[in-house]
Amino acid sequence: MEFFRPTSLAEACQLKSEHPDAVPLCGGTDVMVDINFDRRRPDALLDLTGVRELYEWSRYDSHVRVGAAVPYTTIIKELSADAPGLAIASRTVGSPQIRNRGSVGGNLGSASPAGDALPPLLAVDAVVETVSATNRRRIPIHEFFLGPKRNALQPDELIAAVHAPVAGGPQQFAKVGTRNAMVIAVCSFSLALHPDTGRVGTGIGSAAPTPLAATQAEDFLSAELADRWTGPAELPDDVVRRFGELVAGAASPIDDVRGTADYRRHALAILARRTLTWTWAEHIRRAQ
Amino acid sequence: MTVSTEVRNRTAGGIGESPVRPDGTFKVTGQFAYSSDLWMDGMLWGATLRSPHPRARITSIDVGPALKLAGVSAVLTHDDVPGEKVYGLEIADQPVLAFDEVRYQGEPVVIVAADHPETARRAAALVVVDYEVVEPVTDPREAVGHPDWKPVHDEPGERTAMSRDRAPVHPHGNIVRHQRIRFGDPDAVTADVVVQGDYEVGMQDQAFLGPESGLAVPADDGGVDLYVATQWLHVDRRQMSGALALPEEKIRLTLAGVGGAFGAREDLSMQVHACMLALRTGRPVKMVYSREESFFGHVHRHPALMRYEHGADRDGRLVYVRAHILLDGGAYTSSTPAVVGNASTLGVGPYDVPNVGMDCWGVYTNNPPCGAMRGFGAVQAAFGYESQMDKLAAAVGLSPVEIRTLNAVSEGSILPTGQRIDSPAPVAELMHRLDAMPLPGSVDQDIRLLPGGVSNTTHGEGVRRGVGYAVGIKNVGFSEGFDDYSTARVRIELVGDEPSVLVHTAAVEVGQGLVTVQAQIARSELGVERVTVAAADTQVGSGGSTSASRQTYVTGGAVRAGCAAVRSSLFERAAARYGPGEFRLVAGKVESLVDGVVGDIASLLLDGPVEHTVQWRHRPTQPLDEATGRGNAHVQWAFCAHRAVVDVDVELGLIRVVELACVQDVGKAMNPDAVLGQIHGGSAQGLGLAVMEEVQVVDGKLRNPSFTDYLMPTIMDMPPMRVEVLELADPHSPYGLRGVGEPPTISSTPAIVAAVRAASGVDLKRVPIRPEHLVAAALCH
Repeated sequence: MEFFRPTSLAEACQLKSEHPDAVPLCGGTDVMVDINFDRRRPDALLDLTGVRELYEWSRYDSHVRVGAAVPYTTIIKELSADAPGLAIASRTVGSPQIRNRGSVGGNLGSASPAGDALPPLLAVDAVVETVSATNRRRIPIHEFFLGPKRNALQPDELIAAVHAPVAGGPQQFAKVGTRNAMVIAVCSFSLALHPDTGRVGTGIGSAAPTPLAATQAEDFLSAELADRWTGPAELPDDVVRRFGELVAGAASPIDDVRGTADYRRHALAILARRTLTWTWAEHIRRAQ
Repeated sequence: MTVSTEVRNRTAGGIGESPVRPDGTFKVTGQFAYSSDLWMDGMLWGATLRSPHPRARITSIDVGPALKLAGVSAVLTHDDVPGEKVYGLEIADQPVLAFDEVRYQGEPVVIVAADHPETARRAAALVVVDYEVVEPVTDPREAVGHPDWKPVHDEPGERTAMSRDRAPVHPHGNIVRHQRIRFGDPDAVTADVVVQGDYEVGMQDQAFLGPESGLAVPADDGGVDLYVATQWLHVDRRQMSGALALPEEKIRLTLAGVGGAFGAREDLSMQVHACMLALRTGRPVKMVYSREESFFGHVHRHPALMRYEHGADRDGRLVYVRAHILLDGGAYTSSTPAVVGNASTLGVGPYDVPNVGMDCWGVYTNNPPCGAMRGFGAVQAAFGYESQMDKLAAAVGLSPVEIRTLNAVSEGSILPTGQRIDSPAPVAELMHRLDAMPLPGSVDQDIRLLPGGVSNTTHGEGVRRGVGYAVGIKNVGFSEGFDDYSTARVRIELVGDEPSVLVHTAAVEVGQGLVTVQAQIARSELGVERVTVAAADTQVGSGGSTSASRQTYVTGGAVRAGCAAVRSSLFERAAARYGPGEFRLVAGKVESLVDGVVGDIASLLLDGPVEHTVQWRHRPTQPLDEATGRGNAHVQWAFCAHRAVVDVDVELGLIRVVELACVQDVGKAMNPDAVLGQIHGGSAQGLGLAVMEEVQVVDGKLRNPSFTDYLMPTIMDMPPMRVEVLELADPHSPYGLRGVGEPPTISSTPAIVAAVRAASGVDLKRVPIRPEHLVAAALCH
């Protein structure tokens, strides 16, 4: 097994173009587990921990750009206001040790439906910035996941960063697991209210082959909220309930070792109702 | 420097104190050497090829491709086993390496030694084994020819006959042991109030953090030295001797650092394999299982199917208990007979029951072998009988505390085996004390402390509080006529003019604190503060197993007896030096009971060291009558009770245990801090069984052999505890002590389940509870 350790993004891209099979390695919380379990045996590893620019985040034009290697611990500490959904999701990732190592770039690279950071990125229409020796691309998050653990990266590309609009409204994330910490999602849900555009965004985790948005639920709720953004009052029960049903209906879960498909649908409806109740209450508070 | 002339009346660091454990600092700072840290220059690494099938005939094994890989020194099969091809704790039926047939997924088939662990694993993967897959027997009911699990009143003899017809996992049929308990007149008796229930316990894993590992070093005399993490050095050696065809004295075992045990190290794992490879290659061989392999490399807790019927009068006083308990022992015998013994004899719990009809079976299937785990037999049964006691309480209008105190055994009670409890049995007092403890405050404001924890699933929605109680009973030490003893060598000598004691036993420290307590006993008995506990090895006689909550009792008893022998010799010297009289040894001094301090212990050692080796036994027990279960089978009983307070998100089916309160009688708290540690740890393991820990097996295959999906409680799951420790001396045991380690594991599970039932209103019949069970009503529309 070859082991490369570039010290700049340009060098990393060069190595990736010369060794397209090299597996990028950063926090190692997915890759090393796979190697230890003998699930994969890459010919080469591309260690990105020496590439400083991947560890930086910045704000521009009411957006944040979060480097692919920025650890969850940093997101929790520094991005709770700008990207609250992502920050709440980051708090649910693994253990403190894993949050110190793991990063959004890893979640995107693994493209597991259970990646905790992915539903909130869907809910805010994030954009994935990729880089190669010859090209830089921006891939909308909704086009990024192609199948179970498959994404839109080309073999010579690396994930450089993810871009998200600075939150214009309340955001939430909730995840069901059978342990009260350090647990992989049985299912998860993220909701972002965008009062500025009059839309809502959603993201569902661990309940389909890929993370996905509940678009029908978004359309329904956006329409229901159209006349309610200003001077907001509590939402009628039937709206909240219907939103939950539509979110559950958007999922295509399976039975597996972590839970049953029926339970996942049931839980998603509840998470959708609760996160809507929380975000809308927060919207009302802010409006007062 | 001033010399104190004050005479202390106690020796510091003795029994009843909590001196710092010698391995403590090293463990918390990461410096402690565990068995997986062993290293020797020039050593090879062993690896194991395991069966991918739960059941298959082996038609051929081709090791050629593996042998061709550079760096490989040996590739061995069952043909290379020097001696007996099978081993076992009680019954030798488990192949060292599979021959003819594999009976569970993960059964070892081929072992490899190579110069690098990765090379060894690659080589193992190159071995070609041809299997003819056979349909496995995976349902224990089916295994005994009884797929319908017919009602309690069935004629049990029928099952035995039927089991012969069902494709047997083993040639002699699928029943490992069937133990009947017949007490009073269980068949004819009737009662005004009857409650029934079916209960199921999933397969829990011990999940110790230090995987199976050790280092085998070939010796010049043709023997082998093995450094290994285990629970009983001498029983390992006995089994190894048969498999390796070496006399026991040519197999020397030294205990390596043990990273937890909980029963999972009672059976052999890599011991014989590493020695076979070392003897074949003439080089040291190290084996370390990976985390995933560890799930295949040791036995698990027996899953149980239980059917109980309790009859009582209208006041709630028990009239009879009828029960069937079916324990899935998996592919090989391991400890199943003892598990059946415990489940049957303790199967009605710590209650006075005038009529008992109990049938308990341990059976073979092609599921993973099950054997020892903390509280075995008693854990499974307690979930059944405590669920029943709550049902009975509801039926007669009593509280959980009232139904238990009303029926509680006490000293003098006769158990269903006919054995009389001849030491304190403060079951009612445990319940009263629990009841008197204050309850925790209302639902927490910190959302991380609500069900779902840090996953942010509720801000209070759907959360209901519940409280539950349970009490359990456990036998301490080996039962049913087993010759249960330990050996201690105690030596006192001058080291740099100071009296110093060396305690040497083969008893295994698994993290519970045995090393500390042995030193405490020696300090108290010999009045010397400088005590060293030698590494456990086979250079001294057997210490017996570190299991059944027995080591402080039995090896503690042996150390005390060894010290007593040494003390007698010292008193002879004292009489010669100071004249006849009665003496005692305290804080380095020799005291005459008449004249006070007469000299230093050091002065008695000028003539040289004193050393004695003693064997010590607890009082004998008897086997159980097969047909009736009569017999004084147990040495001692231990009792522990829990109150659990839980918050349940009844919409999502998520649980957070808010508080566990516990009262346990330990007879004598030899080391109060260690006692609390056992109670906390045991309670946590019981919590795990209640709400999350399960090895999921489908069609004989493990679905979650990793810590990704075999979940154990984190600090966010394990709540603060209120603990009260009672010290009601057992007149038959050393210092009056009772075994401590297992009882808290037994009652914490049913207490938590009772609390979840109270919070949710759901009639839960199975552990671990899964969210689907709690929201089942909402899912079936």
